[in-house]
Amino acid sequence: MELWYALVDLLPFEWAQPGHMFFMKHALLAVLVISPLFGLLSTMVVQSRMSFFSDALGHSAFTGIAIGVLCGLQEPMWAAVGFALAFSLLFTWVRRRTSLASDTVIGVFSSTAVALGIFAATLGGGSFTKFNALLIGDILSVEPRRIGLLAGILAVALVLWVCAYNTLLLSALHPPLADSRGIRVFWQEAVLNAAIAVVVTVSMTWVGLLVINSLLVLPAAAARGIARNTRQYHLFSVLGAVVCGVAGLMTSYYIEASAGAAITLYLALYFALAAVFQRERP
Amino acid sequence: MSIHKHDNCTGRGCEGLCCLELKNVGVTMGTDELLREVSFHLHCGEIAALIGPNGAGKSSLFKAILGQLPHSGSIGFQRSDGAKSRPVIGYVPQSPTFDRGDPVSVLDFFAAAVGDWPVFLPIPRKLRERVGACLARTHAEGLMDKRVGALSGGELQRVLMALALEPLPHILILDEPLSGVDVEGERQLLDMLDELRRTYDLSILFSTHDFATLEQYADKVILLQNTVLKIGSPGQVLGSAEFQGVFHLRMGKGAE
Repeated sequence: MELWYALVDLLPFEWAQPGHMFFMKHALLAVLVISPLFGLLSTMVVQSRMSFFSDALGHSAFTGIAIGVLCGLQEPMWAAVGFALAFSLLFTWVRRRTSLASDTVIGVFSSTAVALGIFAATLGGGSFTKFNALLIGDILSVEPRRIGLLAGILAVALVLWVCAYNTLLLSALHPPLADSRGIRVFWQEAVLNAAIAVVVTVSMTWVGLLVINSLLVLPAAAARGIARNTRQYHLFSVLGAVVCGVAGLMTSYYIEASAGAAITLYLALYFALAAVFQRERP
Repeated sequence: MSIHKHDNCTGRGCEGLCCLELKNVGVTMGTDELLREVSFHLHCGEIAALIGPNGAGKSSLFKAILGQLPHSGSIGFQRSDGAKSRPVIGYVPQSPTFDRGDPVSVLDFFAAAVGDWPVFLPIPRKLRERVGACLARTHAEGLMDKRVGALSGGELQRVLMALALEPLPHILILDEPLSGVDVEGERQLLDMLDELRRTYDLSILFSTHDFATLEQYADKVILLQNTVLKIGSPGQVLGSAEFQGVFHLRMGKGAE
């Protein structure tokens, strides 16, 4: 962290002065870790048409927290990660086993999980208001050890991408073809869904459940319109996420609004610009 | 049906020995019997067309051969030296659709399928050259930097066929390769199949609803309706009572 403080101190902002406003310095570092992570996953979420799934995950992620709180855990987040993993793997399995359309299965899972969350949160006359913070999120509350955790997840995601991007891509593009080349499509989907589940759950405290899905959809949705190949796709998605992330944080600091919402609005602007300057008319 | 059309074997040790052999293959899904007692041989260098109405089990048969569907009976492969082995099968899926907007170039798609190099990173020149050489087999090397969603039906078929040829398979399976391709494209495609089986001595099995070109291009036609109703040369099958029965054709008296 000392190295980071020393680096930020070089910036010409009032909050970057040495020795104070540590929350803002932490938040900036957190954004610089979270945004490329989301930019990266985003490419696959959009490619695999999983944006509704990640939305459902986000909305039901608090259920795991509620269950964790109910069980009296010190760190309800780990219960949430476990719940999200179970949710995503069960979803992958059920979708494979039924003839229902994907969005129907997601609808079933999403509503069940949200209901379970509200039920667990209000059990015994509890109030839901203590979960309100999760809905909006607060990047300024991030602590250094959490940034370490997020950086670890980013590293794992990068390793996953290097090892499995090709098979993930082929499974998303054409499952039967992937199958005929010996790729186990089910496990590709399971790994991707599990990765999305972990990232959404771990980041929701800072990004906010209501807007977290925008980070998983907008960067790649914008990049898709202007990229010609997978390298440009990744570049535009990750770069867009980082730029919008930093811009959103700065805006929220200077005009005092939710950082998650500001980042999302910048991403929406990015998407709109990309749509205007897209590669070709459909 | 044990020995069929040796004259079509195009050299390199194929003496009626190198072949794919299906014996009493059956596929049941739930209570539906999709395939029963399907038996036939397919020799190296031979082009066989699989015909039959929709729901006859053509795709299920392909999946069974590809090992994607559990089946009864046996599917074996014998190399030209007589040794039995698992064949390498190249598969060209049915009229695949990619999103027009997919930001995936032919190079990305191909490199992702054949190599270990993660394609979201800059692609090394060697891999690019290798992909180019593979695409050249079906005259598709010029499509390398096009996006897969921007390819025409015929172009996509060429790319998918090049992919199915890497690694070089013993058997090439094409699911309705002629659907969605215009007359000119159809002829080019069939000429290419003919060229491929001569160059690489591989067996080609494809399903089709287009009977007009069979006489010229197929060595063998398999009429399938859950089981093999008729097998033989195009003339034998297309002129058979079974063929007429399945497709409800009223043939004039002069047709026999």
